Amino acid sequence: MNIHEYQGKEILRQYGVKVPNGKVAYAVEEAVEAAKQLGSDVTVVKAQIHAGGRGKAGGVKIAKNVDEVRTYADEILGKTLVTHQTGPQGQEVKRLLIEEGCDIQKEYYIGLVLDRATSRVVMMASEEGGTEIEEVAAATPEKIFKEVIDPVVGLTGFQARRLAFNINIPHDLLGKAVKFMIGLYTAFVEKDCSIAEINPLVTTGDGEVLALDAKLNFDDNALFRQKDIMNLRDFDEEDEKEIEASKYDLSYISLDGNIGCMVNGAGLAMSTMDIIKHYGGEPANFLDVGGGATAEKVTEAFKIILSDKNVKGIFVNIFGGIMKCDVIAEGVVEATKQVGLEIPLVVRLEGTNVARGKEILEASELNITSANSMADGAQKIVSMVK
Amino acid sequence: MSVYVNKDTKVIVQGITGGTAKFHTKQMLEYGTKIVGGVTPKKGGTEVEGVPVFNTVLEAVQATGATASVIYVPAPFAADAILEAVDAELDLVICITEHIPVMDMVKVKRYMEGKNTRLVGPNCPGVITADESKIGIMPGYIHKKGHIGVVSRSGTLTYEAVHQLSEAGYGQTTAVGIGGDPVNGTNFIDVLEAFNNDPETYAVMMIGEIGGTAEEEAAEWVKANMKKPVVGFIGGATAPPGKRMGHAGAIISGGKGTAEEKIRIMNECGIKVAETPAVMGETMIGVLEEKGLKEKCKTH
Repeated sequence: MNIHEYQGKEILRQYGVKVPNGKVAYAVEEAVEAAKQLGSDVTVVKAQIHAGGRGKAGGVKIAKNVDEVRTYADEILGKTLVTHQTGPQGQEVKRLLIEEGCDIQKEYYIGLVLDRATSRVVMMASEEGGTEIEEVAAATPEKIFKEVIDPVVGLTGFQARRLAFNINIPHDLLGKAVKFMIGLYTAFVEKDCSIAEINPLVTTGDGEVLALDAKLNFDDNALFRQKDIMNLRDFDEEDEKEIEASKYDLSYISLDGNIGCMVNGAGLAMSTMDIIKHYGGEPANFLDVGGGATAEKVTEAFKIILSDKNVKGIFVNIFGGIMKCDVIAEGVVEATKQVGLEIPLVVRLEGTNVARGKEILEASELNITSANSMADGAQKIVSMVK
Repeated sequence: MSVYVNKDTKVIVQGITGGTAKFHTKQMLEYGTKIVGGVTPKKGGTEVEGVPVFNTVLEAVQATGATASVIYVPAPFAADAILEAVDAELDLVICITEHIPVMDMVKVKRYMEGKNTRLVGPNCPGVITADESKIGIMPGYIHKKGHIGVVSRSGTLTYEAVHQLSEAGYGQTTAVGIGGDPVNGTNFIDVLEAFNNDPETYAVMMIGEIGGTAEEEAAEWVKANMKKPVVGFIGGATAPPGKRMGHAGAIISGGKGTAEEKIRIMNECGIKVAETPAVMGETMIGVLEEKGLKEKCKTH
């Protein structure tokens, strides 16, 4: 799950990680009021959307007085920002972060991620702040330093110092940098983050070490124990069909094509998209109904697929293990009864309780084309929507 | 021969009183798996499908002599269930549970360092040695005894591959689902090494997906060490970057973990990669023919 920059900074504050003073604003006057309260010489007006690349898209402005805050807030609020992460449709700005400006001496990068190779959390640091870390990794990999963290002891003082020395943080700010890094690691672990990126981390003229930006992502699997994080979810940032799917614990991702897919298992769901494309079709979605799906869940999944107006045909591809074919069949029949079905439906069933599943579909007398393999099903649905 | 499990493997089921576990305990017993006990705290002394239930793993192990466990415990408690099984010094722990928080698995992996237990999963279909022992959730009837080893990050894609092989007359030794999470107990290389050392396995099917670099590392290992042909498949060629495709580990981030890159490196390392998931079996049979193994591997 993603959150906004201002929410991330709020969390960091709780862990003793220094961030500039700032306030969220939903309206122009609120932004002006926030700037007055901050009372700083320079104020930064920052668009709050989940996607990165806001600066380049005109979503971050430096205001020298309150009038400029008003002008920029008016300009950015309601604007649709198109960045390299939003896709061509862009994302409308509904919230601003009004933040005090600071006297930046130098920009750095600090990030925490899970390292799959060691199964541990790794802190990465670089002197090349402000640039995407992937670009630094490609151009000057020697400028990225890493510390692998033992979960028993956490990020140690010596590791934080080693990183600080490696990225040439001024020695008089060493203590503050170490405190910053350890606070960031503690937040990462306690809040079940999957990514924490501070880019840039800055040193300032008045001797501070500050997080000028904060990107925190959270492990969806841990949200059951992070209720305060769950409350930060911004539905405006998500696809409507994906929100609906998440209510039923369905793993759904919207795509641009016209063939709706309902599959069990993530690997098979991905491969179903691949094979549709291979035969010249375009998948409308990724949908994994999961292992423990009930007929009701399958019905909801079906409705979500049908709510996508681009969908011209549906391919149900099931290889039951934990998922039973009869449950899928019942769900498909129930859904078509509830919402009607005017587009082609191809169903391929295999695995646990397959015979019962096929019986249910046949007995339903619905207009269903059955397929005896994945390739057969993909070819049939592709030809039917053409 | 086979890897990890055989007809003599004694298994306990952790979380046996849950609905899914009950269903699959019955299926495993019907397959012939030696399920000797189950564990659910506070349900000790009861029975599920005629199998005695214990309060703790240690008790179950002492009473039954089990050497393996399979875990169906819900995600919030699953990491603790793994720790309990490792503490009881089981040889093999297979964790079916999905959605375990990754921080929990980081701690589990740290706890397992220096211990002899092998963890398979989490978020996996389990391990099956055809006609001998089925530990997990895979449909038993598609598996036929033979000479192809199967290892995969995806449950349903494993079924797909096994089904294609069996339909064409090529049985399998063991099929191992290593799971779709970013932190797991057993990786591709562990299983490839086991198949390399198993005299009954003549060739291996390796099924990966987008995210991480496990397939690339395995491919390099195959090039350097593998004495048997390996055929591959990678799911997710059409997956958009930055989106988690169901599995916690299946995400292209920072341009890393694409299917294209994995397939390129696998090809470079001598692994033939099936073009679509529908031709995994066909691709394997083609390679067997090339290597003169086709007749040796044909089982039915």
